[in-house]
Amino acid sequence: MELVVAITLGMLTSTGVYLILRARTFSVVLGLTLLSHGVNLFLFSMGRLTTASPAVIGLVENYTDPLPQALVLTAIVISFSMTAFVVVLALKAAVELRSDHVDGEDPNEDRQ
Amino acid sequence: MNHLMIMPIVIPLLTGAFLLVMYRYNIGRQRSLSIGSTLLLVVFAVWAVLQAGLTDYTLYRLGNWQPPFGIVLVLDRLTAIMLLLTALLSLFCVLYASRGSDREGSHFHALLQFQLMGINGAFLTGDLFNLFVFFEVLLIASYALLLHGGGRARSRAGLHYVIINLAGSALFLLALGILYGLTGTLNMADLAHVIANAPEADLPLLKSASLLLMVVFGIKAALLPLLFWLPRAYSAASAPVAALFAIMTKVGFYAMVRVFLVVFGLDDAAPANDTVMAWLWPAALITLALGGIGVLGAASLRTLTAYMVIVSVGILLATFSRNDEQLLAASLFYLLHSTCMTAVFFLLADLIGRYRDNGYDRFSVISPLSHRWVLGSVFLVAAVSMASLPPFSGFVSKAWILQTSSPLPDYLWLWAAILISGLMIIAALSRAGSGWFWRPEEHSATRALAIHKTRPLDHARTATVCVMIAISFSLALFAQPVMDYLEAATRLIYQPSGYVDAVLGDYIHPGREMTE
Repeated sequence: MELVVAITLGMLTSTGVYLILRARTFSVVLGLTLLSHGVNLFLFSMGRLTTASPAVIGLVENYTDPLPQALVLTAIVISFSMTAFVVVLALKAAVELRSDHVDGEDPNEDRQ
Repeated sequence: MNHLMIMPIVIPLLTGAFLLVMYRYNIGRQRSLSIGSTLLLVVFAVWAVLQAGLTDYTLYRLGNWQPPFGIVLVLDRLTAIMLLLTALLSLFCVLYASRGSDREGSHFHALLQFQLMGINGAFLTGDLFNLFVFFEVLLIASYALLLHGGGRARSRAGLHYVIINLAGSALFLLALGILYGLTGTLNMADLAHVIANAPEADLPLLKSASLLLMVVFGIKAALLPLLFWLPRAYSAASAPVAALFAIMTKVGFYAMVRVFLVVFGLDDAAPANDTVMAWLWPAALITLALGGIGVLGAASLRTLTAYMVIVSVGILLATFSRNDEQLLAASLFYLLHSTCMTAVFFLLADLIGRYRDNGYDRFSVISPLSHRWVLGSVFLVAAVSMASLPPFSGFVSKAWILQTSSPLPDYLWLWAAILISGLMIIAALSRAGSGWFWRPEEHSATRALAIHKTRPLDHARTATVCVMIAISFSLALFAQPVMDYLEAATRLIYQPSGYVDAVLGDYIHPGREMTE
């Protein structure tokens, strides 16, 4: 299970970073989303990866740590709302600047 | 438990929420609510300063949970002085904005109150995850405030600002995840205790967590490779918003002081801190140099002021990275001065720009200016203070920094960087002032006279700026008590064991076996 989680984390983070470095706002937004997914998964796995151990005292011998799950919930809410905000902002910027480049203008288009 | 302590968070929260619900209120009522709330904040901040002077650490346990399990708010002298600075600054920003800038868009006052809630919460909290949450609160409010009023420049700057801060939040969460995975706690005092007793094998991960935190706070504070969002964002924002943002970079600085000196600094050796300081020192010096060059090259007073913010960040972080108690006290004094004066310059750029016929605050445009004498003398006094000439607070703070840094190794680098950047600020400000106020304009003398009649000077705006400059002056006048207070504050910061004992009380961490 550790290997699967590690590979997933690595893929989410690397594709997220790659997309954030792109020049168009849409890919940047996608990259931010993937990165925040990776971060959430990482936070969740900080409670240690175990099976069949719910975060409830008394059901099983080894209950899992509930705090990372609470942290992840907070992080999910914040990253979800911020993704919504940045989508609207990117749309607003694309309409106002007439370009979906992150700098508001395509440096190559000017030279043509 | 003293419920007054949570008021700096609760008051802006309630005011902001009320203003959001009552958005149909006319602007006059919104303004008076907002001004009333910030006035109350000033009162509570004064109480906090007095209270922190009496007892070293005042605690507020939310929900009355035992500290490492619940969230705790901690008030010490450093927190109190930052609360007072924020409250005063926001009061002037609200007063200035109430003369008309708040009508450019809706919900200005509600957003400003939420921003204040986030800033005050970040200063007060004693829990790292709670710090993250308050950072998000202040950031979300600042995104909307930056875009307030709309326009192409703001959309463009806002996009950069939002994206870099979202990436920063992701890194913050990664650092918190590493710390929690290693230590099983996020309470600052408990973290300090566990980190000081961490086994050798955990050290590389602790170091990477602390370096991640340095990057996160570096984005907030505008440290060198992470500062390029700042000039565009600050110069695009409306004047009162930019003036309020003068405190935002200092929130990053405050978080660095709190996290590196308290959370990572309990162990005397503090190996994680050595790595951080070794990175910070050159980065801060180059930030300072870059800020100086930017000041010289700026094309408008707002951009110039944004680069002066970068200069101040460079000085603060360079002095911080020397890791010396006396020097930190001096740099906190500089923090008070620079926050106040950069805010003054953001407001001045707007004030003068309003009375120029065209060009707003750009240097390249030669334009007749009404009220030359009043605005010119205000600009002169502000520039003298900003350029750290006597008799203003800038002189006292820089002299104190230079004096306390002289026994340290490598002090010449710091002296050179501070003095040369100071010279660049003097050159840039005198060029700006002489270009605007001294350039002869015979051909337009009659036109300027006509404008003088049609557009009377806005006394409220001018008075706001003058009072802020007067505060900078009184900071120099009453320097001794302020310095004593700051020295006591840094003494506490450099004794993290006192913080840990005060927060944890008789609770003893059960040991790392629990988390394995």
